[in-house]
Amino acid sequence: MTGLRILLGAAILGGLGAAAPFTPLWLISLVTLAMSTGLVVCGLIILWRGGLVPFGQALFFATGAYTVALSGRWFGVTDAFLLIALAVTMAALVAFVVGFLLAQYREIFFAMLSLALSMILYGVLVKSETLGSTDGINVAQASFFGMKPRGPGYTFALFWLALGMVFSAWLGVSAYLGSVAGQLAGAIRDNEIRVEYLGISVTRLVHLKLTISAALAGAGGALAALSISHVDPQMAYWTTSGGFVFVTILAGAASVPAAFLGALLFEIVRTIAVALLPGGWQLILGSVLLLTILFVPEGLGSLMIRKRATAPEKGAA
Amino acid sequence: MQGMTASAWWVRKVSVAALLAAMPAVAGAQTAPAVPPVKLGLVTFLTGPAAGPFGIPGRNSAEIMIEMLNAGKVPAPYATAGLAGATIVPKFVDEAGSSANQVTEFRNLVQRDGMNAVVGYISSGNCLAVAPVAEELKALTVFWDCGTPRIFEERPLKYVFRATPHATMDNVAAARYVLKKFPDLASFSGINQNYAWGQDSWRDFVAAMKALAPKATVDKELLPKLFAGEFGAEISALLTTNSKVVHSSFWDGDLESFIVQSGARGLPARSTMVYTAGETAMFRLGAKIPDGTIIGARGPHGVMAPDTPLNRWFRQVYEDRFATAPTYPAYHMAQSILGLKAAWEKAAAAKGGQQPAIDDVVKAFEGIEFEGPSAKIRMAIGNGHQGIADIAYGSFRFNKAEGKPEIVDIVRYPAECVNPPANMTSTAWLEAGMPGAKCN
Repeated sequence: MTGLRILLGAAILGGLGAAAPFTPLWLISLVTLAMSTGLVVCGLIILWRGGLVPFGQALFFATGAYTVALSGRWFGVTDAFLLIALAVTMAALVAFVVGFLLAQYREIFFAMLSLALSMILYGVLVKSETLGSTDGINVAQASFFGMKPRGPGYTFALFWLALGMVFSAWLGVSAYLGSVAGQLAGAIRDNEIRVEYLGISVTRLVHLKLTISAALAGAGGALAALSISHVDPQMAYWTTSGGFVFVTILAGAASVPAAFLGALLFEIVRTIAVALLPGGWQLILGSVLLLTILFVPEGLGSLMIRKRATAPEKGAA
Repeated sequence: MQGMTASAWWVRKVSVAALLAAMPAVAGAQTAPAVPPVKLGLVTFLTGPAAGPFGIPGRNSAEIMIEMLNAGKVPAPYATAGLAGATIVPKFVDEAGSSANQVTEFRNLVQRDGMNAVVGYISSGNCLAVAPVAEELKALTVFWDCGTPRIFEERPLKYVFRATPHATMDNVAAARYVLKKFPDLASFSGINQNYAWGQDSWRDFVAAMKALAPKATVDKELLPKLFAGEFGAEISALLTTNSKVVHSSFWDGDLESFIVQSGARGLPARSTMVYTAGETAMFRLGAKIPDGTIIGARGPHGVMAPDTPLNRWFRQVYEDRFATAPTYPAYHMAQSILGLKAAWEKAAAAKGGQQPAIDDVVKAFEGIEFEGPSAKIRMAIGNGHQGIADIAYGSFRFNKAEGKPEIVDIVRYPAECVNPPANMTSTAWLEAGMPGAKCN
């Protein structure tokens, strides 16, 4: 990644941040929520490139969200940055632990096992009356370095926080995907034995990828919890994981910015569908997915990549 | 168009278009209401498992109520048109999807679509998630069906109201009715879905029983997962007990499967079932429900509703339009909209008939008393934001002569008998043995 592209990315995000006060508030909340999905999808891309499709990413998403809710409720933590750091750490820790098991599996077994683990969390949350069971619990409004913006100010603050997280995730994930470990993803997908012959442990590599993707999912969950001000076990349910996979298909694994654009497009399509067809909006969402698979099988990102296929650093986007 | 120059043709086309555009504007100007319409967002399940038993009856009820209110055809005291003369323009939104979706759609309703008020939410989780956002946006919101007592007990709210009483009263009244039928009850069991609604219902029922009949013991406490659909093991477990009474807050698919499956295995011969939300199934299952089953309707709704002009009118228009009797969700929606109307018009009256500002309506709504189709509702608890009302329980009987289901032995409990007082949370009230309950 060149300095020019970093500058360009920073300029785009900075422009978005500066435009916020002139944008309708509902749109800002919608974009913030889409960014939280984008962060999770960013993590999915890392696994996706290695041929791994987890159907249980909601496990880490919900871990991040509940960490934020419970840190506030039980320990009185209100600082947004600290909450997000805690959420990321917890999600990564959970992934590190379950990774010893998950990293042994591939393909459908990996997908199903991750799904099973997320459903265990869902089951535990539903049965815990102290954690609000299916009704969930409210998240207290966060502070930012001691400042406590309220009303529209809070929406803006969260939006700017989201932009910062998107920027960091973009830099970090792009750097990882460009590194040797990141580049090996394609090799793992194609032939694991050859990778092992290179002297690299595929299991450890998958374990690392899982932990990174979980940290991103935890960050997404934390942002979602702060932006919705409520967490519930639905966040750990398989339909939530399915939603993330849906957006990844929409965005494609080719490019990191596409993850955020895909998430934004998904959220906009959903909200328009709900407004247009209150009794059948799922039909519109399904058609969009179908059309994407038919006409842009590599996802939206592939359109962006194709345009600059001649550029020297292909793939490291 | 021969012989006509291009510009002449263009002029003619534009003038015709202008004329056409002006016509409805002129027509509108003649009949236009003096006041701008009130935009009302309505959120209910239009898809998914809760749509059939709750969402659709709620939507249907809202549809006819708004239509009739706009036409000024609702009986007294609601005979004035719309909300203090303003036409209600509804916008329906599906409640299906995550609470994140609901919060986003709520913001869209208020901030994008400029709704003046929102009546919505069946799921308690969605009510809890939307409440802080409603406060943040200062958006008048009436929850119409969700049951959790937590809404106003966790923190005071200013812009959120719930005319429909919360779920504590369903289970307190169930306990009172059970003990009237079985004064010497030795033990009882429960089967409830393992999620917030089922857990809360069971906890409240046990607490009420403990207060009213300290000697009765809990026998089996079963919490199968939501929408399990198959209850073979649970029915076997219940058949091994000596419980005279089995409590259940099941609804929809689980309720209907359980009634059919337990009937086939003879459970009703050993234990009387108490279904706190059983009324939604009575017309669908009919004779499959064993006689003597204790049925609740989350209020004195449906066939347990009193014979008042408002109720007769409501049942009539609902049945005429949808060819089925209104069940309790339809009543919940109707009373929520009527509560909004009552508050709106009280606020308008205070301003000499002018359209009130939202803050005026909020002030007028607090502590208001109004007639619903089935009961008088008093916004007496939760700082005047939570309604209480009477409730009725009865026993099911299938009238073979007429081939229709009935509810007999109906007992009506006054609101103060089954609801906590204003200064106590429902859990604290139940644990203290329901002090101050007035039951006669």
